[in-house]
Amino acid sequence: MGMLDKKYHDSNIIIVGLESALNWARKNSLWYEQFGLACCAIEMMATAASRYDFDRFGIIPRSSPRQADVMIVAGTVTMKMASRIERLYEQMSEPRYVISMGSCSNCGGPYWEHGYHVLKGVDKVIPVDVYVPGCPPRPEALLEGFLKLQEKITGETIIVKKNEADKKPETA
Amino acid sequence: MKKPEEILEYLNQKFGEDQLTLERGDIGEPWILVPASMIRDLSKFLRDDSELRFDMLMCLSGLHYLKEEELGVVYHLHSTKLDHYVTLKVRVPVEEPEVPSVESIWKTADWHEREAWDMVGVVFDKHPNLKRILLPDDWIGHPLRKDYVQQEFYQGIPTGE
Amino acid sequence: MVEILDNIDQREMVINMGPQHPSTHGVLRLELVLDGEIIKKVTPNIGYLHRCFEKYAEQMDDYSKVIPYTDRMDYVSAINQEHGYVLAMERLLEIDVPERVEYIRVIMAELQRIASHLLGIGAFGLDLGAFTPFLYCFTEREKILDIFERTTGARLLYNYMAVGGLMKDVHPEFKTDTADFLKTFRPKIKELNDLLSYNDIFIKRTANIGVLPKQVAINYGASGPVLRGSGVQWDLRKNDPYSIYEKFDFEIPVGMGEMGTLGDCWDRYIVRVREMEQSLRIIEQALDGLPEEGDVTEAVPKRIRPKNGSIYTRSESPRGELGYYIESNNSASPYRVKARAPSFVHLGMLPAISKGSLIADLVAIVGSIDIVLGEVDR
Repeated sequence: MGMLDKKYHDSNIIIVGLESALNWARKNSLWYEQFGLACCAIEMMATAASRYDFDRFGIIPRSSPRQADVMIVAGTVTMKMASRIERLYEQMSEPRYVISMGSCSNCGGPYWEHGYHVLKGVDKVIPVDVYVPGCPPRPEALLEGFLKLQEKITGETIIVKKNEADKKPETA
Repeated sequence: MKKPEEILEYLNQKFGEDQLTLERGDIGEPWILVPASMIRDLSKFLRDDSELRFDMLMCLSGLHYLKEEELGVVYHLHSTKLDHYVTLKVRVPVEEPEVPSVESIWKTADWHEREAWDMVGVVFDKHPNLKRILLPDDWIGHPLRKDYVQQEFYQGIPTGE
Repeated sequence: MVEILDNIDQREMVINMGPQHPSTHGVLRLELVLDGEIIKKVTPNIGYLHRCFEKYAEQMDDYSKVIPYTDRMDYVSAINQEHGYVLAMERLLEIDVPERVEYIRVIMAELQRIASHLLGIGAFGLDLGAFTPFLYCFTEREKILDIFERTTGARLLYNYMAVGGLMKDVHPEFKTDTADFLKTFRPKIKELNDLLSYNDIFIKRTANIGVLPKQVAINYGASGPVLRGSGVQWDLRKNDPYSIYEKFDFEIPVGMGEMGTLGDCWDRYIVRVREMEQSLRIIEQALDGLPEEGDVTEAVPKRIRPKNGSIYTRSESPRGELGYYIESNNSASPYRVKARAPSFVHLGMLPAISKGSLIADLVAIVGSIDIVLGEVDR
């Protein structure tokens, strides 16, 4: 899409498939819901700060789930919090995505063995699209998670409505 | 500035000779073992007396002793004005774990006692709001007991792997 | 839980400032009973991040395996948490630590204090609507995290200290890196003061808000910048010294009611800014006195198996007095480890100091106390 406007400079008509145009628009402005729970939230804030800038990819934080496209579950999910996460996920409007950031929300993390109050992975309550490993993951790892999500969005189609259970998660 | 032995002597003059005992482990610091019924009056005296002036409760912890079948509560006190420290311990049987609350004396004890109830199961008498604080209200069991068995499901979500 | 209340005032409204909220510094739930916009009662509900630290400490089969879990309690200032724990273990086992280890520990702890205050100040400004200081603070914090990454290998959760020493020695350019950082950071504090501290809007939003009187603070067990903001000269590094803090010459900034009442949000905030300057002084003196030779792992015991006993030690973390109560019973794993977190105690004070304020003021109060939910819930 980059240099097309230079080729057709006297007639401003570009012909492209509807799905590609929609997917291109959607993947370059993913607004995430600020859902930092624990240590990974600090790395999420650091990714949004000046050095590892999120904004250059079009990613900005929104406080409310109703205005967000993607939910980054950053940190340990506990039993007390699990029902709230489900409710927040249901409040997001489709198309919606979930990135599970850090070991704790992938699989329980360092608390997998004796943690009685820790949910062993947020995918027990909501479907996850991208898993970003690390404890905590570096900001570059989170950015790669977003790039993987963008790849996934490029391949999506609006014609056939996919079943939520068919979604296959990718690991960054 | 008093040492624990001097504090015990001073307290013995006021409360009688055989109520309190000074104990120590093989390593670490000594503590004063207090019967559960005395703890509230003793705390008021410790806070208000002009030679002791323990105005800050640093920490309050709950414990479970499986072999002796007892629950314990440990109090660490400090005086900001006179710069001395003391540790108190209370032990109660598991079947009747009632300890008078010191929330009316030091306000910090409010949340610390709720946590001791939540984690170990010590019931604090006359506490204004003894409810669970860290775990959800419908959790079963007191996790920091040595014989705690984790529940399998919580509201339909598996707690294990 | 549903309760039917018969005689509530018609004008009162119960609102939930839920676990997911941009200004509550983590997963904290506040139940507000409001009369219009004025708060009549606040009830904090915690436990949304309870990660069973104390149960884990009992199940680990070695005392040193608990150290990564202490990191994760207060994740913003991880080195100070580790420092408190190894201090308690060394007092229990009566181990003497080599001097080089003590100097390196002090330098790391003070660098971490600066990083933690930068995050606290940045997030406080962000809560009140100031986005630029947040970016400036994070840029400086990244420089400190670079030094940590070169030394320990991690940016946020280090697992660097060991009982009796450190995991490994610092990298060869540690002294020059830290000295360069000190040179560039001093003018930034002045920049931060120009941007945020003496800004009219910031002063209007924080002065005379959330006043904490001295006696109430001591009775509730407050410590750290919260207690110093109310005018009490109390710092564990001077009043109850541990490690080698007695060798250094530094001051304890206290709040003086400059912009409003003594003990308001502005006082607590400015105590943190001035503490950063004092930390720079300590780091300079420690770099001068750092011994060149010495093995940092020579005093680390091969097996830790303390006899029966218990101890309570406290250290000054950026949030206040962090205490560890450790009880041992002649085995390789701890019998009971209790972490007394300063944020837990400070959050218990919130209902008392926020009566009669507006919701926007409540955000300022929670931000000025500087809580981290990881250590509230453990």
